[in-house]
Amino acid sequence: MAKKQVMFTFPQELITEPIIYNLGLQFNVVTSIRRADVSENRGWVVLELEGEENDIEEGITWVNSKGIRIDPIVGDVVEG
Amino acid sequence: MSYATNLRCRKCGREYPIQPVNLCDFCFSPLEVNYDYQAMSEAVSREKLAQGPYSMWRYRDMLPAEIAEVDIGTGFTPLVKADNLGRELGLDCLYIKNDCLNPTYSFKDRAVSVASTKAREFGFDTIACASTGNLAASVAAHAAKANMRACVFVPSNLEAGKLVGAAVYNPVLIAVEGSYDDVNRLCAEVTQRYRWGFININLRPYYAEGSKTLGFEVAEQLGWRAPDCIVAPAASGLVFTRIWKGLEELAMLRLIEPVNTHMYVTQAAGSAPIVNAFKASSQHVHPVKPDTVVGSIAIGNPADGFYALRIVRQSGGGACAVSDEEAIAGMRLLAETEGIFAEPTGGVVISSLKKLVASDAIKKNELTVAFITGAGPRAQEILADAVQPFTIQPNIKSLEEVLGVAA
Repeated sequence: MAKKQVMFTFPQELITEPIIYNLGLQFNVVTSIRRADVSENRGWVVLELEGEENDIEEGITWVNSKGIRIDPIVGDVVEG
Repeated sequence: MSYATNLRCRKCGREYPIQPVNLCDFCFSPLEVNYDYQAMSEAVSREKLAQGPYSMWRYRDMLPAEIAEVDIGTGFTPLVKADNLGRELGLDCLYIKNDCLNPTYSFKDRAVSVASTKAREFGFDTIACASTGNLAASVAAHAAKANMRACVFVPSNLEAGKLVGAAVYNPVLIAVEGSYDDVNRLCAEVTQRYRWGFININLRPYYAEGSKTLGFEVAEQLGWRAPDCIVAPAASGLVFTRIWKGLEELAMLRLIEPVNTHMYVTQAAGSAPIVNAFKASSQHVHPVKPDTVVGSIAIGNPADGFYALRIVRQSGGGACAVSDEEAIAGMRLLAETEGIFAEPTGGVVISSLKKLVASDAIKKNELTVAFITGAGPRAQEILADAVQPFTIQPNIKSLEEVLGVAA
């Protein structure tokens, strides 16, 4: 089993979509939310994903394809 | 022995032993070094600090190093009274903290000096980073000095010329095919897979501490006082927060009066998530896709953005973003008035300062320090258009025609 920590940023039109629920359901990934903030026009969630490495990668690809931005929780690593 | 006691989560306050980790297991927020300030206050004094070496390591008692430092001669850079630029902008008391004059020409040497010291202390034989310029050079140089291996990750589309400043120290240079985000993701995974000291990931709490010395130095160089206003750039937001932490620690140790400095954060408009959040009165810094020539602060998802934003608000400061053209104009203004050739980030600071004074956010009589964090030559192609020499014949007549001197 692998673990991955990520941040999802939701655009306004996807705030009401049950993306995290479907990620768990469709890809057999356990989602553990650690921090989050959702307002009327934007939302972000910091969470840990646990599952088979392939499932996590496929799940992330699917989330990204829905229009959600995915970032490492350490922020950008590449510096000037 | 240092006075560092543990790592503490900046969000939930949970504590961890001093080790190479950067995130709280519980809430995934960043960790920072915590100290026994009571003991530290008994060990430091203005007089003792003044007797230290003319480097950032004069503040060793306030840093988390347990072993001999990895030092290439960093810090105690000049704080220049900038009368010419001040006159131009309308400020009576302007200073430039010129951190171009570090060994690899940027403030990163401060952070990397502490992080590489801790890397050696933790027993790493390799230090690593992902960088397009300043950080790469600093990591490679410190690894050379410490007899460690340096692994530097760069996006594969980065021009070879940008790498010379790092390559000269002979690190392992790894060009990653893919987007900027792909490099970010890969490096986050590398830290989990290999026992390396990744300078701005698992060593980040210590990396951050090195930047505090900017705040220490400015206060000492001003005769042990904090400025009225500080104007500093933000990429990840880390140095901005640590300048503030440096001043706060000095006040806590009663080396200066309580800090009443207004902190102004500056970014390039094409990569300004922190400034955007300030202007939108948002609590959260939403990531952006960087689109700017100011490469050394082009970070779209700043790890310390939230904390930088909080300091801006708490200190009664402000935020300012400028266009690439304004950044270049700022570089030229600083060079033409003070003889300091900064990288474009310095141009962002100077042009932002100009706007902040023009809008009366910063007052004419306030003691203001602008932080110039990196030198210009690494990005000099940006100013190629500025090179327009007069071409003359090899005789005095031709020269005097150009100079407008009557024959």
